Amino acid sequence: MDRTRAIPFQFNGKRFEGFAGDSVASALLANGVRVVGRSFKFHRPRGLLSAGVEEPNGLLTVGDGAARTASVRAPVQMLVPELDVHSQAGWPSVDFDVGRALDFTASLWQAGFYNKTFIWPSWHAYEPAVRRMAGLGRAPDGPDPDRYEVRNMHCDVLVIGGGAAGLREAIDAARTGARVVLAEREFQFGGETLWNGSGVDGEPGNDWISRALTGLAAMTEVRLLPGSTAVGIYDDRVTVLVERVAEASGVSGAPHRRRAPRERYWIVRAERIVLATGAIEQPLIFENNDRPGIMLAGAARQYLRRFGVAVGSRVLIATNNDSAYALAKDLKEAGVLVLGIADSRHPVPIEPSTAAASLGIEVFPGTIPTGTAGFSRLKTVWLGRLNADASGIVSSGGGTGAGARVVACDALAVSGGFTPALQLYAHAGGALAYDPSSGALLPVHPVPGVTAAGGAAQSIPAGPRMSPSGRPGRQWVDLLHDVTVADLELALRENFTSMEHLKRYTTVGMAADQGKTSTVATLDVVARLRGISPSQLKHTTMRPPFVPVTLGAIAGRDLGERFAPRRELPMNAWHAAHGALFHDYGEWRRPTAYLKPGETREGAVRREAMAVRAEAGLFDGSPLGKLEIHGPDAVEFLDRFYINDLSTLKPMRARYGLMLRESGVIFDDGTVTLLAPDHLIVTTTSGGAKNVFRWLEEWRQCEWPDLRVAIIPVTEQWATIALAGPKARTVLSRLDTDIDLSAAAFPHLGSRMGHLLGFPARIFRVSFTGELTYEINVPARAGQAVWEALLSAGAGDGVQPLGLDALLLLRLEKGFLHIGTDTDGTTIPDDVGWGKAAANKRRDFIGKRSLLLPENTRTDRHQLVGLANTDGAAFVIGSHLRVPGSAHGSDGWITSACTTVLTNQPVGLAMVRGGRARVGQEVEVYDLGARVARARIVNPPFVDPAGERMNG
Amino acid sequence: MLRIPCPHCGVRDEPEFVFGGPSHIARPESSVSDEVWTDYLFMRENRVGLHYERWLHAYGCGRWFNAVRNTLTHEILETYLMGDPRPPLTDRS
Repeated sequence: MDRTRAIPFQFNGKRFEGFAGDSVASALLANGVRVVGRSFKFHRPRGLLSAGVEEPNGLLTVGDGAARTASVRAPVQMLVPELDVHSQAGWPSVDFDVGRALDFTASLWQAGFYNKTFIWPSWHAYEPAVRRMAGLGRAPDGPDPDRYEVRNMHCDVLVIGGGAAGLREAIDAARTGARVVLAEREFQFGGETLWNGSGVDGEPGNDWISRALTGLAAMTEVRLLPGSTAVGIYDDRVTVLVERVAEASGVSGAPHRRRAPRERYWIVRAERIVLATGAIEQPLIFENNDRPGIMLAGAARQYLRRFGVAVGSRVLIATNNDSAYALAKDLKEAGVLVLGIADSRHPVPIEPSTAAASLGIEVFPGTIPTGTAGFSRLKTVWLGRLNADASGIVSSGGGTGAGARVVACDALAVSGGFTPALQLYAHAGGALAYDPSSGALLPVHPVPGVTAAGGAAQSIPAGPRMSPSGRPGRQWVDLLHDVTVADLELALRENFTSMEHLKRYTTVGMAADQGKTSTVATLDVVARLRGISPSQLKHTTMRPPFVPVTLGAIAGRDLGERFAPRRELPMNAWHAAHGALFHDYGEWRRPTAYLKPGETREGAVRREAMAVRAEAGLFDGSPLGKLEIHGPDAVEFLDRFYINDLSTLKPMRARYGLMLRESGVIFDDGTVTLLAPDHLIVTTTSGGAKNVFRWLEEWRQCEWPDLRVAIIPVTEQWATIALAGPKARTVLSRLDTDIDLSAAAFPHLGSRMGHLLGFPARIFRVSFTGELTYEINVPARAGQAVWEALLSAGAGDGVQPLGLDALLLLRLEKGFLHIGTDTDGTTIPDDVGWGKAAANKRRDFIGKRSLLLPENTRTDRHQLVGLANTDGAAFVIGSHLRVPGSAHGSDGWITSACTTVLTNQPVGLAMVRGGRARVGQEVEVYDLGARVARARIVNPPFVDPAGERMNG
Repeated sequence: MLRIPCPHCGVRDEPEFVFGGPSHIARPESSVSDEVWTDYLFMRENRVGLHYERWLHAYGCGRWFNAVRNTLTHEILETYLMGDPRPPLTDRS
């Protein structure tokens, strides 16, 4: 604390002042703010419970607009100048909340309340109002103005927690020469040794810490990460830390944004992890244990010793262990009236009771709070004496019986024992079990490479934690989600005995604090209600993150343009300069159409398609998958994949082929071209390029390593330009080439290697449009030069570029298959008319045997057919078809549709049950349940059935 | 995220790899019965404990290899070359 540096801030619109070194929580306490929020369901006033990450009440919203952050823990947030802090629930204000009326209907708000109540007409009718009432905080209003970073790190030892135990572990590890990372949640190392007055190794705590830090700073293999919280340990000890960079700098908002990221998301790969994460103090369970002024004893001590704030002026202490006695001493020395210590143990151990006696503070042994009064500030606490086995109260509050005690006070410091903060150990696969002597969850077995040290490895003996009397509906177990003993009772009565079910039904431990102060108490309460020991119960699974993580930190810089890599065509610059309407197809950004001024997409597509049928078009097909297959066994290898026979393939000839999965389902299609007996070129669909390569490689490496073959993916090395249309040959002939383009020398399905404009060129006569086509492959860097040369050579003939839409329209007219559009994960070759080819191939290929299975030989399988419209309206892809009088709900669906270019007829392709036998029949077309048209089943293609255009 | 020891490259992060399902599954002759063939296609052990599986180091050396992984703890006990015999079961969990 630096009391010379005042820091102004706002809370709920009011101006306050704190000091450098304050947390938001300590600054609020010092300013006398006792009510920091309203509870989730009942809107009861709530004050701070803790001084750490476990805080269930002090969840505040920091900032506003796009920079708003909800559910920030007041004890964790460092006070920086002009911080704007708001409570999240309470209307019109936290001090006067009309929602408080809900508290008087508390008996209605039981476990499963939402499931049972808000069901008519639907939960969605109630959700907005419920969410507004609940005070979950509001999301930011706009894109996050802050920057975030993701960074990777490797180390030998990762020490999580920079208190005395963590510092010692880091030093010990560093001395062995290990690369060490020491992460501390706070901005200062030292943990509670900074303020708790206990020395280390006989040396004053602060001196020891400075010496340890000086020593570590001198070691080059040590990295200190203050302000960094470990949020999860994943497989193989991969650990995520979130470093709060902006907060550490002590400034916020725009000045900070210019300099550094707000948070850094560290992905740490550590050989060994030490958890020096300390322990979390647990509250006591009694009636009305949620009033403002009731605080964990360790937190009260921290606020006093570290921040110089007393939690009250008349303080009562209630504990089940030794730790709270130190608070009594500190309060007394600070001049605060300590009204006594209620200790649930009987007898109280000698040491603490002697210490209390020497301070003149009365100890009430075997005593626990049984109730409290005071609305927005604690006023009264009732104490009761526990019977021998703590199952009942001998004499309880309200003045009945001997030993009852009524204490007027303004603060109650409670300690229900400590449970090691071992959430990270659980993430790493460790199991925890309830230890009755300490009331804590302790490790059951070691996890390789993960150890605990300091408070995380200790257990402190503790007595009863729960008052056996009082109204269960007023005994809070989970403060953040407003879950009481009555809710757990009801859930058990409704037979939710599994802890995981009980958790989900009551929502206990499911709030933003993830049960840090309720998981253990839940076991206590459930065990008592069921009449068993808590050690017989299994705690619910602890999952990352340990504390909430900003989504921005996870995203880092992978946003917008950087979200995913984008691949651009070799001729991208030309496309962009000539009106290309771009769309993303997988990783590739490709022109859908080239729009002329004032033109619609539909208009452009029809103009481009018409150009191909009438003159010629130029298509950038560079993403077409291209694989080179080399080796003496190359033909043998490929022949095992295609349903088409490759053994008869002649040099410089191409063949269309379908590739199947072992199940017989069509996987990809393309052409295979034989350049030489040991050198082939395979083309794949654009989307399948990566998968086909992987598929071939898997079989080559894993199943047939004896074959002498190598596969080289060359998709990106070549620009692929398809020049298609009646004038294709004329136009291409105008370019300087050593390849004979005449129909006789270079027929359909031929291929030629040579030069074009001086560049090496591989030209294939394969067609996806049904027109005379030269598929020209030149090195990617030469793509644009060839593209522009072809366009200028054909300018007088009306040659135009065409986008993907026009290409797909043209192929549909020809009835050519588009894998993934006309086929799905069940389509076999026979469904698309390739059954005979597959059956006639004698040798085995992948998927062949599956084609003989009964499922694949049914005669009523869906088969690809053409559709001609008899009503005149265009088809809609995805529409369902019904054969008149059919017993089925649907007899198929439309996979592709267009209006033909030359004849303006609506046509389509469809998968129809037993479709090939139905050619000539009429079907009804249904779009979203309504009959929209009648259509006739026909045989494609819809243009040039004799193939004269393509073969010309 | 697993840390996977590629037998060719050493330990690398899981995102560099592609999982390839169970390994050591022999492809039957096409003359087998429908039942044997469909078992080959679809029936997998799906066992709790040690699992022999293949991985591709796709964004590394591009090689397929085998691994023995405990499906309960995700621990990879061993990786070995494609074509090497299945190592004996040594369940340490």
